Amino acid sequence: MLDRILSFFQAVGAGTISAVWRLGFAARFFGMVLILSGSSFRRINLTLREVYFSGVLSLVIILVSGLFVGMVLGLQGYDTLARYGSEEALGVLVSLSLVRELGPVVAGLLFASRAGSAITAEIGLMKATEQLDAMDMMAVNPIARVVAPRFWGGVISMPLLAALFSAMGVLGGYLVGVVMIGTDSGSFWGQMQASVDFQRDILNGVIKSVVFGVAVSWVAVFEGYDSDATAEGVSRATTRTVVTSSLAILGLDFILTSLMFRG
Amino acid sequence: MRRTTIDIWVGVFVVIGFLALLFLALRVGNLGSSKLQSPYLLEARFDNIGGLKARAAIKSAGVVVGRIESITLDSKNYQALVSMRMDDRYRFPKDTFATINTSGLLGEQYIGLEPGGDPENLEPGDVIKKTQSAVVLEKLISQFMFNAAEKGTSGDK
Repeated sequence: MLDRILSFFQAVGAGTISAVWRLGFAARFFGMVLILSGSSFRRINLTLREVYFSGVLSLVIILVSGLFVGMVLGLQGYDTLARYGSEEALGVLVSLSLVRELGPVVAGLLFASRAGSAITAEIGLMKATEQLDAMDMMAVNPIARVVAPRFWGGVISMPLLAALFSAMGVLGGYLVGVVMIGTDSGSFWGQMQASVDFQRDILNGVIKSVVFGVAVSWVAVFEGYDSDATAEGVSRATTRTVVTSSLAILGLDFILTSLMFRG
Repeated sequence: MRRTTIDIWVGVFVVIGFLALLFLALRVGNLGSSKLQSPYLLEARFDNIGGLKARAAIKSAGVVVGRIESITLDSKNYQALVSMRMDDRYRFPKDTFATINTSGLLGEQYIGLEPGGDPENLEPGDVIKKTQSAVVLEKLISQFMFNAAEKGTSGDK
């Protein structure tokens, strides 16, 4: 009996210690990436290549999902608002929900599963095939050469993707609300402009997307660098990237929203 | 060759990203349109402002002529002191009447200005004297119910 209780506490303790250890490792890794990221700006082509892979190649999925999310918001919003006879507030509903919440969050989730997982798999595979060790042998720091450009490429891409998502969503809402259903175009745009504030709504949305970009890129490069150097380890690291960064986005979103929009 | 195609695509991506941001700022948001031209301040006192909020619109004849800067409670006579930032193009006579209205049934509240006939205009920093408070639904209902109850008792006699 006592043995079982002891082993229970031992399991809890070991789990806690390894979690804290991993968190500390992740934080120190983050610090290393920041310290060693000078070369990713001196040799900007390295970072541009990663912007291409994580940003440009995510464009199609971001634009298409933004359009469809906006169109669904237009349909659902119209259906609900029509019950209260305030269809002309459709533009406000679509734009505020996109700019404040859905743009950064959904773009972040898509970015985590499209680009974050690719970054993890790439770095993990480089580790599994001992490319990172080979670089170290040639006195090329793998964090400066491989990890930092991927991190900054993600951080640069994410806010632009979120802005594109929101813009496409507003256009989708316009398509459904004005072109398809036929609410008044003037009140759609006019009420939207009257109640969307640049600082309070748009700038806060951009801040959110920057924070999500940092979080997703950090998780992605860390999981890749920390993965077991086997095929199974890389696959597990990729899964962990998507799960961890999605949870991080949702948790951070709650914290940021409660800081920004409480008053 | 390959590097230039990457550069071109990244350039396109960054440019349309910033265009989307510009679209959000100017077309969706209010950065372009509602900048007030060299605003001046007016004040008004209300007994009850209802659900009025800072940055709500001030309209005259339905046209937005300003925004609410701040709302504070005057602790001397317990009235709400509303500071209004007005567009410099519009001047109003001294006996302008300020009311708190609601746009639509569930819409936002705003201050409506009805100009009077005074030849002199309100100067920056002046206080609008004639005001009407917001309509509080509970007060309206209780007034109606008391009236109905009084009618009922007087009918019995």
